[in-house]
Amino acid sequence: MKDLNIYMCGVGGQGIGLLAEVMLRACYKAGYDVKGVDTHGLAQRGGTVVSHLRIGKKIHTPLIPPGKADIVIALERLEGARAASEMLSEEGKIIYYDAQYQTIGNRLGKFKYTSVEELEDTVKAKNGDSVRVFEEDLSDPRMQNVVLIKKIIELEWIPGMDTEKVSESLGELMKGKILEKNLELLNKEVK
Amino acid sequence: MKKIYEQLTDKQPWEGLFMGNHAIARAMLEAGVKVITSYPGSPTPEIAEALNTVPKEMRNYHFEWATNEKVATEVAFGSSINGNLSVVFFKSVGLNVAADSLVQLGLMNLTGGLVVILGDDPGANSSQNEQDNRHFARMSYIPVMEPATPTEAYKMFLEAAKLSKKHQMPVILRLTTHVCHAKELISFGAIGESKGFKADFDSKNGPYLPITKTVFPLKKKAMEKLDLIRKESERSPFNKIYSPFGCKDINGKKLGIISSSMPALSIMENLDKAGKPVDLLQINFSYPMPEEMIADFLNGKDEVIVIEELDRLMEYEIKALAFDRDIKCRIHSRKTHEDIMGELTSDRTWDILSACWPEVFESGIKPVAQPFNNPRIAQMCPGCGHRSAFHAIKKALPEGTVTVGDIGCHSLGFFEPYNMGEMLLSMGHSNGTAAGLTIGNDKRKVLAFIGDSTFFHAGLPAIINAVLYDHDFTLVVMENGTTAMTGHQPHAGTGEIGEKISIDKLLESIGVKFIRRVDTYQQSKLTEYITESLNHKGFSVVIASHPCMLKFMKQQRKREGFVQKHVEVDQNKCEKHLTCIEDFGCPSFVKNDDGSITVNEDLCIGDGSCRPTCPVSAIDFKKEAK
Repeated sequence: MKDLNIYMCGVGGQGIGLLAEVMLRACYKAGYDVKGVDTHGLAQRGGTVVSHLRIGKKIHTPLIPPGKADIVIALERLEGARAASEMLSEEGKIIYYDAQYQTIGNRLGKFKYTSVEELEDTVKAKNGDSVRVFEEDLSDPRMQNVVLIKKIIELEWIPGMDTEKVSESLGELMKGKILEKNLELLNKEVK
Repeated sequence: MKKIYEQLTDKQPWEGLFMGNHAIARAMLEAGVKVITSYPGSPTPEIAEALNTVPKEMRNYHFEWATNEKVATEVAFGSSINGNLSVVFFKSVGLNVAADSLVQLGLMNLTGGLVVILGDDPGANSSQNEQDNRHFARMSYIPVMEPATPTEAYKMFLEAAKLSKKHQMPVILRLTTHVCHAKELISFGAIGESKGFKADFDSKNGPYLPITKTVFPLKKKAMEKLDLIRKESERSPFNKIYSPFGCKDINGKKLGIISSSMPALSIMENLDKAGKPVDLLQINFSYPMPEEMIADFLNGKDEVIVIEELDRLMEYEIKALAFDRDIKCRIHSRKTHEDIMGELTSDRTWDILSACWPEVFESGIKPVAQPFNNPRIAQMCPGCGHRSAFHAIKKALPEGTVTVGDIGCHSLGFFEPYNMGEMLLSMGHSNGTAAGLTIGNDKRKVLAFIGDSTFFHAGLPAIINAVLYDHDFTLVVMENGTTAMTGHQPHAGTGEIGEKISIDKLLESIGVKFIRRVDTYQQSKLTEYITESLNHKGFSVVIASHPCMLKFMKQQRKREGFVQKHVEVDQNKCEKHLTCIEDFGCPSFVKNDDGSITVNEDLCIGDGSCRPTCPVSAIDFKKEAK
């Protein structure tokens, strides 16, 4: 069993807490020792939010050092580019949902918002893989989480983490209509 | 789906993935804690979040959000000397507020026991500094335990409660941010039969009155208790040696590392990776230090480095110990100022080891990390009443006005595009600081901010001072009806705990002559009030109120038939003044490459507070498709 450092990121309010909790549980169910930690507090107000998840045979600490993430899961493009630059390891993999949330610096014209090419070039420079995900007709932005997880299962980036384990985890965290909608999305046939 | 309270109150032992803060809440129920008090502050509020999920009728404990950390400490003290096991918890800098009472606790015979849980914040993730509260423990004769993981936080709480009851003294459980928020698999024990509250205070258990000479026997007793606790730390399973490859000669020397809590875990990873036969002594029951254990460790080594997070406390004590006992081991320290700052993650502990013993811990290949220069600074939420307030207030400020910030979501006003609230010390500092800025100053206006929770927490004494001296500045109370930044806890002015205490009436009763109240969405009125208040000679207050929209929207979304509204920019009317983006600064607005302004509907909450800011009225509610 190979140790994997999984770094998740997004913008405060995007629901990274749920993404992190589902990943933590699904990886545990897949038989890994798991250690996770989320950002709380100030940064939740529209700042960069991150969550560290380390899985393997025996893990000591939840924190992933810079440049040591084997897998990056980003809920937003600019945060994906930031993580690709600062956290992704050599030959690491990144999957990002292509939501675009400008920063105040972008709107004031002090910094340019990241292009897809910029992000992908950063990953290529590390000999890594990048996967862009975007669904035009998603009713609720908070469901972007599940779209990403579904894709990770398809790509088989995390051995042992499958639809069943993710469904079980979702069932532990939500109920009723929201659960139904998420499970429906997770099990939807890929065209 | 199992609710948190069901897990917390399950009488049987169970195992599951749990966060450090929630694990501590479970530990409290297992230990039979009767009274728990706090004031909200990251990284600890999730302890209360968990405790508050338990329905009132199922609770056999009392929890309260006190007005501030000092009051919280006193409530816990009072219940402890009545014979009830009690807990007080707060964030790192909360200890400064609590300190006046906390430093006395070690002198007192706490018959019921009292555990102080500190959420220290190395790395200043959500605090104004990264102060090392182990200093306070030494000053106050209070033992310290420092868990490295959620499992240890759970186990050490149980141990702290046991020791505290046994020795009738306070014990500090010092957590750090990423122990509080870490998640892992934890095995919990059973919850026994709960006992009732006690009311057994008896002054014969004391004395509890430290005046002049009575202080000395109390202080002596505190030190004697610490001697007893030292024996406990000598045999504590929380102090242990990690030796994955044994300790063998490397270049003719035996090497060792002494560390504690989370940095020790980083070092374990370093040792596993390096495959070097170097021993690590992890001291998590850290004060009083297990001197015999440390002396034994030093005696078996030629060289040792002490790697602790933040200040050099253990290091100096270990060096003194080695000197007193004439131990010949060479003891190294961290070399740079940077090593005293921030969290010691595994890359950083490796660098420290590498700087000390380059031939053993090679300076690795430079990490592939590149700094990404496109910052995303935290901002006020879409619809936040503070944004409307800053936008409206800015218009009223004469050139050269000094604005004094305080702690709360409104601290974010310092960032672009508002740049208001130019200095910050602590909770409630703004009125005192503002007063100082007015003295001998007839040139520049002074305006101070304070949040409503902070108003009650530590704001009042300085406000009373301002009234007494009639200091010539304007206070803006940024009222959002909650303690927002830390997750919407109630306070004295919200009416969720007891009857709402009115800020307006309080101010009137202490003699504030100029008081105005306005909803911040009424921007032109707010601007007018600020102008008026700045022209008022002497102390004046404007209460700039609007409910926290994050909290409000959470409640709205749960309602049956809720429809999300949005605003839109009429592209025919828009003349690209960019007020919405450059002055008002709601994050929902998008500036497109072609220069046009549109709305990000994932962010916009349809509050419409942006509408009055557009000089050509191009922003309006969107007619939603049916």
